[in-house]
Amino acid sequence: MSEEKKDLITLESGEMAQPFRWTAGAYGSKFLTELRDNKKFVGVKCPKCGKVYVPPRRVCGPCYVELTELVPVSGEGEVVTYTVVSFGFVDPATGTQKPVPYGYAAIMLDGSDTVLLHFIDETDPEKITIGARVKAVFEEERTGSLLDIKHFELIRG
Amino acid sequence: MGKRVAITGVGMTHQRSARPDVNGRELINEAVRMALGDAGMTRSDIDAVVIGNMDHFEGINYVDTWSVDGSGGLMKPIMKLTTGGTTGTTVAMGAYYHVASGLFDRVLAIGWEKNSESDTTGAIITAFDPFWDRPIFAGAVAGLAMEATAYMHATDATEEDAAYVAVRERKHALNNPYAHLHINMTIADVMGSPYLSWPVKMGDMCPRTDGACALVFASEDVVDDFPQRPVWIQGVADRHLWAYTSDPYLDFKTGEAWFPAMQKSSQDVYRRVGITDPLEQFDVAELYLPYSFAGLRYMESLGFCEKGGAPELTRAGAFDMGGKCPVNPSGGVMSSNAIGATGLIRVAECAWQIQGRAGERQVPDVKLALATGFGGCFWSDVLVLGKDKPEKARG
Repeated sequence: MSEEKKDLITLESGEMAQPFRWTAGAYGSKFLTELRDNKKFVGVKCPKCGKVYVPPRRVCGPCYVELTELVPVSGEGEVVTYTVVSFGFVDPATGTQKPVPYGYAAIMLDGSDTVLLHFIDETDPEKITIGARVKAVFEEERTGSLLDIKHFELIRG
Repeated sequence: MGKRVAITGVGMTHQRSARPDVNGRELINEAVRMALGDAGMTRSDIDAVVIGNMDHFEGINYVDTWSVDGSGGLMKPIMKLTTGGTTGTTVAMGAYYHVASGLFDRVLAIGWEKNSESDTTGAIITAFDPFWDRPIFAGAVAGLAMEATAYMHATDATEEDAAYVAVRERKHALNNPYAHLHINMTIADVMGSPYLSWPVKMGDMCPRTDGACALVFASEDVVDDFPQRPVWIQGVADRHLWAYTSDPYLDFKTGEAWFPAMQKSSQDVYRRVGITDPLEQFDVAELYLPYSFAGLRYMESLGFCEKGGAPELTRAGAFDMGGKCPVNPSGGVMSSNAIGATGLIRVAECAWQIQGRAGERQVPDVKLALATGFGGCFWSDVLVLGKDKPEKARG
């Protein structure tokens, strides 16, 4: 079998590049420019059920109505669930591997009814709890990306 | 009124970590030849083909066309379906809808994947939104790990309870010659395996696999032409409600439902088929459980017990071979996961169980079986299969 396997050819894709140019839309752009320019979070409120979506969406799925009322939400919130990622993988967007381990959580910002996935600054799962308070920490250089948030910091003690 | 539909032919490859000896169309052909042989058919008897995989795992598109040599679909109607982890069950549902419509009598369903050809986590990330998901999404492992954390917080479940599920699935796989992993694991082995994404360990996760599966779906009008006992589709459903990868964690916060897409799709099928007590009524289940904690929470979402009740029921052996309703006699997804084939294999295994052809993993006297698919940000396909012809075709 190993003798046979030696004769089986494989092809490596190597350093491929296939650039895309995606659009965030008006609401998504508003959210990202607020992050970039003012380090603020903005959501959108459903006129029917009152739910606040962060990032803002155009339509409330359950109510199926258009959302127009942009509302500010806090940069602080609470952990809904979390993990500590310790397996390394190559990020297809960058071709690089984010160093492991890192904390990773679903966060509900104060004033929001949806959760945001982001990194948290703790790698010991014993030190993170569901319901823990967290606060956004921003990058110095911001580009209009979700990664303008460096991570969420656990508000300790 | 739709036609009633039966599975009348089953084929699958042995699931392996890598098949460098075949390309995609050749791998597909192995499963198709077996299914056609099983159904006593030749290629010319096929009216249409429904095929699926996830393009981003191989980086090659349009399997519907380039597989025609292997699939037997040359100069026939072909439809490709890709729905993430549920691809295989969606292919089964697509073939079912084709035949139930009355427009086709004999439809071939094919699911396949060569997960050895790329990094599974990287490929999965490319399936999602470039602004809101990709920058911070860490694939299925971390996404499932956050479900596990929240599940343990909401119930009394422990990592050991999940390890019991992982051990059960691997033990079952020892009876299945088609399974990829044949390893005899203990709870201590699972607990001692390294964390991939706390609380999920290596031993809790599915492998990545190369494999293909093919099934023949036939109309009630032609079902007598086949040599094997027909396996009747009783009902199918799928439901979706989340738009972003973060959305599924909301139900842990609101407490409104317990994996609502799976809960709703199963409740809708159960109502149509007349299932009021899944644990009593199903003789076997082949479920898309991608990791150990799924074997707890999804049993609750599927109505086998109350929320938080799965650990006790599981440890009492209800889902072991010889238990009340054996789950995954094949070894399931934690023993083989060629993603586009995986859902279809669940359906295929149910068919073999109902026909009494499941070999060493046969559950005695199976009349009613449950198959599920699991996908992406927590959606689910649900199929009920049975020995008896249903009174009427059901959606």
